[in-house]
Amino acid sequence: MALWLRGLVRGRGYALLSVPAVVWLVLFFIAPVIIVLGISFMSRGTGGLPVLPLTLDNYSRTFNVFGGVIGQSVRFALITTIVCLLLGYPMAYFIKTRRTRWAKGVALFLVVLPFWTNLLIRTYAWRFLLAREGLINSLLLELRLIDAPIQILNTEFAVILGLVYGMLPFMVLPIYASMERFDFRYIEAAQDLGAGAWAAFWRVLLPMTLPGVIAGCVLVFVPSIGSYVTPDLLGGNRGLMIATLLASQLTGSGNMPQGAAISMVLLAMIVVPLAVYVWTGRKEGQRG
Amino acid sequence: MSDVKVRLVNVVKEFPSQEKSGQTRAVDGISFDIYDGEFFAMLGPSGCGKTTTLRMIAGFEQPTSGEIILDGVPMQGVPAFQRPVNTVFQDYVLFPHMTVLQNVMFGLQMAKVPQAEARRRAQDALDLVRLPKVAERKPRELSGGQQQRVALARALVNRPSVLLLDEPLGALDLKLRREMQVELKAMQTELGITFVYVTHDQEEALTMADRIAVMAGGHVLQIGTPSAIYETPNSRFVADFIGETNFLEAQLVRRQGAEGIVALDDDTQVRVALPERGISDDQLVTLAIRPERLVIQPYNSAPPLPDGWEEVVGHVGQVQYIGTDMRYYVRIGGHHVRVRAQNATAATAHLIREREVVRLRWQRDNARLLIQ
Repeated sequence: MALWLRGLVRGRGYALLSVPAVVWLVLFFIAPVIIVLGISFMSRGTGGLPVLPLTLDNYSRTFNVFGGVIGQSVRFALITTIVCLLLGYPMAYFIKTRRTRWAKGVALFLVVLPFWTNLLIRTYAWRFLLAREGLINSLLLELRLIDAPIQILNTEFAVILGLVYGMLPFMVLPIYASMERFDFRYIEAAQDLGAGAWAAFWRVLLPMTLPGVIAGCVLVFVPSIGSYVTPDLLGGNRGLMIATLLASQLTGSGNMPQGAAISMVLLAMIVVPLAVYVWTGRKEGQRG
Repeated sequence: MSDVKVRLVNVVKEFPSQEKSGQTRAVDGISFDIYDGEFFAMLGPSGCGKTTTLRMIAGFEQPTSGEIILDGVPMQGVPAFQRPVNTVFQDYVLFPHMTVLQNVMFGLQMAKVPQAEARRRAQDALDLVRLPKVAERKPRELSGGQQQRVALARALVNRPSVLLLDEPLGALDLKLRREMQVELKAMQTELGITFVYVTHDQEEALTMADRIAVMAGGHVLQIGTPSAIYETPNSRFVADFIGETNFLEAQLVRRQGAEGIVALDDDTQVRVALPERGISDDQLVTLAIRPERLVIQPYNSAPPLPDGWEEVVGHVGQVQYIGTDMRYYVRIGGHHVRVRAQNATAATAHLIREREVVRLRWQRDNARLLIQ
């Protein structure tokens, strides 16, 4: 380490090292949030631009008029999180219990493989699969399981499917990381004390991998609730979520103060679960 | 000692070997009985199959062939959680997310013991291992010795038919280990529970066990009481693994009834009891004598040789003073022999010096003839 840097670290001067990061955060994160917060209390002017006087109307409209869309967003995000958890936990367990390093590597590779393609392209691919004349309908017709094409695209199901598909790796990877640290001798100890498979899972494996489960749920819930491309392309007007709403408020001759209020509500809904995550993480840290 | 608690019949365990072809035999056809209330130790170097055997009794591994019978019931196909045994694991494996009390109560909860009774029994078990005040703490807040006691309480609270212990004292320092040896033995005697104890430490096995099975290479070499194993080892491996032994290559010169005359070298012949197993003339044999069973005397001022004793003459190499004992390295012909003598008085310590000519004597039945 260079001498001047060592002096900096040793003295109280090492606080200086955080200055660039603090400046960055203030300029590009805190300041914009404050500006948006300010705009959210303003009125709509020509072209949707914010003007005085200050008002609370945007917030009352957010809950009264757009409450349904926000509720739907929360519902979609929750269902996505739960489905990802139910699928992702067994997947992580499967990867962890592979005996060879090679098999683990392949399984992990398959989990992250979809990331190699752009989300937009993958979502369009889903449209082709789910469309009325798409692959799935053709297949079902060919097998004579159905008589007429069924509506899959532009349904809630399609939105959930797309979200789960996109978010699953974010659930699998943190749970897998937790499980990789888990020593399976704890399962033996539980069995030795009379625990069957079910009790060993609920009392030992799940509690000890809970940090990964919480991390996975946060990592899935937060992007899900704010997702834009997937519900828009797969859900159409049945997949209306907050981000779509925001886009319509902020583009064209929309309503910028209204959009600001909605985004503040969205921010609050994301910050709360994150705060819970950080808080539980810290509690865990204090014990250790 | 009448009822058989654990019976192993020709138990074999094979694992897939590292190279892709074939299997490795970790346990190669072992059979023995463990009796009710017994402290039974499986002793051997790492890789001898002792831990695998314990894990098969616990139900974590299934034997490739052979049978394990617990309380008269064949354990084939009985999963670990249904067996009447509990295990104290090496480095304890306490549940880190539970308090000490929750750890100890776990087995009782699995057995559907009512909560109040489970709590009382868990507290009793913690009292038994002399840890009454740590119930609400997390395992990682305890010292290694305390964790060891919690592990013991967690297993004992279930009143197992057999308690399995897998090197439970391995992670403790020497002083604590000695203390725990005394406590474990006292606890086992008091509770009357059958202990099956796996260790690579001969001192642990000797001090605590009623009987020891010495294992190597997946086989049981010898089973017996500590003194039987120490005094009458049936093989060079057992003699060498348990305590210290001088091995002197020798040749049987002639037999005289149950005894034989063996030549250590051209000038030195001694008399020794012949082993029960057949031995042919001129066969190469090994004379085994413990260092502490040899008596060293100055060549010129030794008292006359008593009846039933043997004597050889040698030259003292190194002399080591180690407080309680003196250790001499004596050369007899081509052999190097270690001798240990207790320093009963301060005067004995410096009686014999390096390069002196000495007489080494031993009582005849303290030497054993092992067939090579």
